[in-house]
Amino acid sequence: MKILVAVKRVIDYNVQVRVKEDGTGVVTDNVKMSTNPPDDNAVEEAVKIKESGKAKEIVAITIGEEKAQETVRKALAVGADRGIHVKVDGVVEPLAVSKILQKIVDKEKPDLVFMGKQAIDDDCNQTGQMLAALLSWPQATFASKINVKESSLEVTREVDEGLETIEVNIPAIVTCDLRLNEPRYASLPNIMKAKKKPLEQINASDLGVDTKARIEQIKVEEPPKRKAGIKVANVTELVQKLKNEAKVI
Amino acid sequence: MSVLLIAEHNNKELRPFTYNAVSAASKIDEELHILVLGNKSEAVAKSASEIPNVKKVIHVDSEIYENFIAENYTSAIIKHADAYSHIVCSANTFGKNLMPRIAALLDTSQVSDIIKVISADTFLRPIYAGNAFATVKSSDKKKCVTIRPTSFEPAPATGGSAEIVKSDAGEAFKNSKFVKREEIKSDRPELGTARIVISGGRGMQNSENFKLISAIADKLNAAIGASRAAVDAGYITNDHQVGQTGKVVVPDLYIAVGISGAIQHLAGMKESKIIVAINKDGEAPIFSVADYGLEADLFEALPQFLEELNKLNTIQK
Repeated sequence: MKILVAVKRVIDYNVQVRVKEDGTGVVTDNVKMSTNPPDDNAVEEAVKIKESGKAKEIVAITIGEEKAQETVRKALAVGADRGIHVKVDGVVEPLAVSKILQKIVDKEKPDLVFMGKQAIDDDCNQTGQMLAALLSWPQATFASKINVKESSLEVTREVDEGLETIEVNIPAIVTCDLRLNEPRYASLPNIMKAKKKPLEQINASDLGVDTKARIEQIKVEEPPKRKAGIKVANVTELVQKLKNEAKVI
Repeated sequence: MSVLLIAEHNNKELRPFTYNAVSAASKIDEELHILVLGNKSEAVAKSASEIPNVKKVIHVDSEIYENFIAENYTSAIIKHADAYSHIVCSANTFGKNLMPRIAALLDTSQVSDIIKVISADTFLRPIYAGNAFATVKSSDKKKCVTIRPTSFEPAPATGGSAEIVKSDAGEAFKNSKFVKREEIKSDRPELGTARIVISGGRGMQNSENFKLISAIADKLNAAIGASRAAVDAGYITNDHQVGQTGKVVVPDLYIAVGISGAIQHLAGMKESKIIVAINKDGEAPIFSVADYGLEADLFEALPQFLEELNKLNTIQK
């Protein structure tokens, strides 16, 4: 079995994002970037499946500017076998990302495609489902547990009401929740070894996918600020404030 | 122009967020139709027809919709999509799972999780865990939009009498199968719509201590929330998680107990009307969004809190 894992380079989850003064976006200069957190879970799950002997090869793919390949190198350092970097500048919407991935799937013919359920930059939560639609494959989204069977996966999904279990036939798309597993850290020797693993570069334009934005970002602004609150001295004061000032209890 | 809203329901009744989505959808265009895909779901179609904002209900009843599998929903929705300028649904796990599958097949770049309708093609949506708001304009002919339900008031449930039109089921998708659902039953209000939410974080230390939270929740008729740290640690189940990748809540009162206030948690609660933070670390970021902060050991503060509430003559429910 072959698993394709898609990873995205985003502003690190610990960074307090700041909006640019001219309203064109958020500040990315000199800001720490890293792999989208649930994409790390997707890589980890693929590696675990390979370690259990149920998968032979893991291919990590990223789509984006030159530096995006750092995320593929990281995936290679924790166990992916080879990488693909589809080069494209600027914002690529999930629809275009899924079309690029579809081209790669056509070429690589993986049995499974894993990725995070949502990127923490645009918070779209679309790519996996779109790719599944384009391929007419089943989709197991928001996965917190995956059981690999003979020709199917049993996947536990995190849904609003609790947990849902579905069974999807392979080939399938899985989008991963943060609770799926605990991503491992790459050891220094493995980081060194990863540098020697093959990483193929492809230009998005060579794939024949139109990556032009369909959604115009008119402006980006700071959300309204909350007015500064107060510290109360004790529980009695808190309850009194809630009752008489805020009038919420 | 006309809008098709995909109803979220449990085959017996509409899920509450469908009413919020109706409000948002009718801001896009008044010609609003609802598509109900379910199994033995006549009552759902009837409820949908009673919403005054709704002009028409399309009802498709088939076994294949029993468990709301997105792959089965898709073919039926695509079949009806031609007649509409907008396909919309709630941005909860139901809609998040479903809508992109529709959008891709319609070759539309989806607009996710809108919090405001500016015009029929322009919307406001949070990005970066709500640390920025983006105004976005869709150039696609047909628009697929998901709606953050808590950003819109629910539409009235009764007073309307829209026509209900029956339609045929689409093709079943063979490669996905529902196995089971573990729903956590609770007598408490739903987290997404509760007027008061009390949430616990890593500071609760174990699941046993969440009893301190539930005692107060009982007293205030509140829903119980949790930070991801608390869910990851196994103190409480995932359906309680509030945050960027959990639920977004906008209650009148949000009480954060033992929650430090990571960006990802704030994303799910900082639009609440009144925020209370109880934390022994005075520097915790949660205090920066709190209207009332109490720097205290939660194990002392929570029992006192309950005691003070018991002293009150009346509590709003």
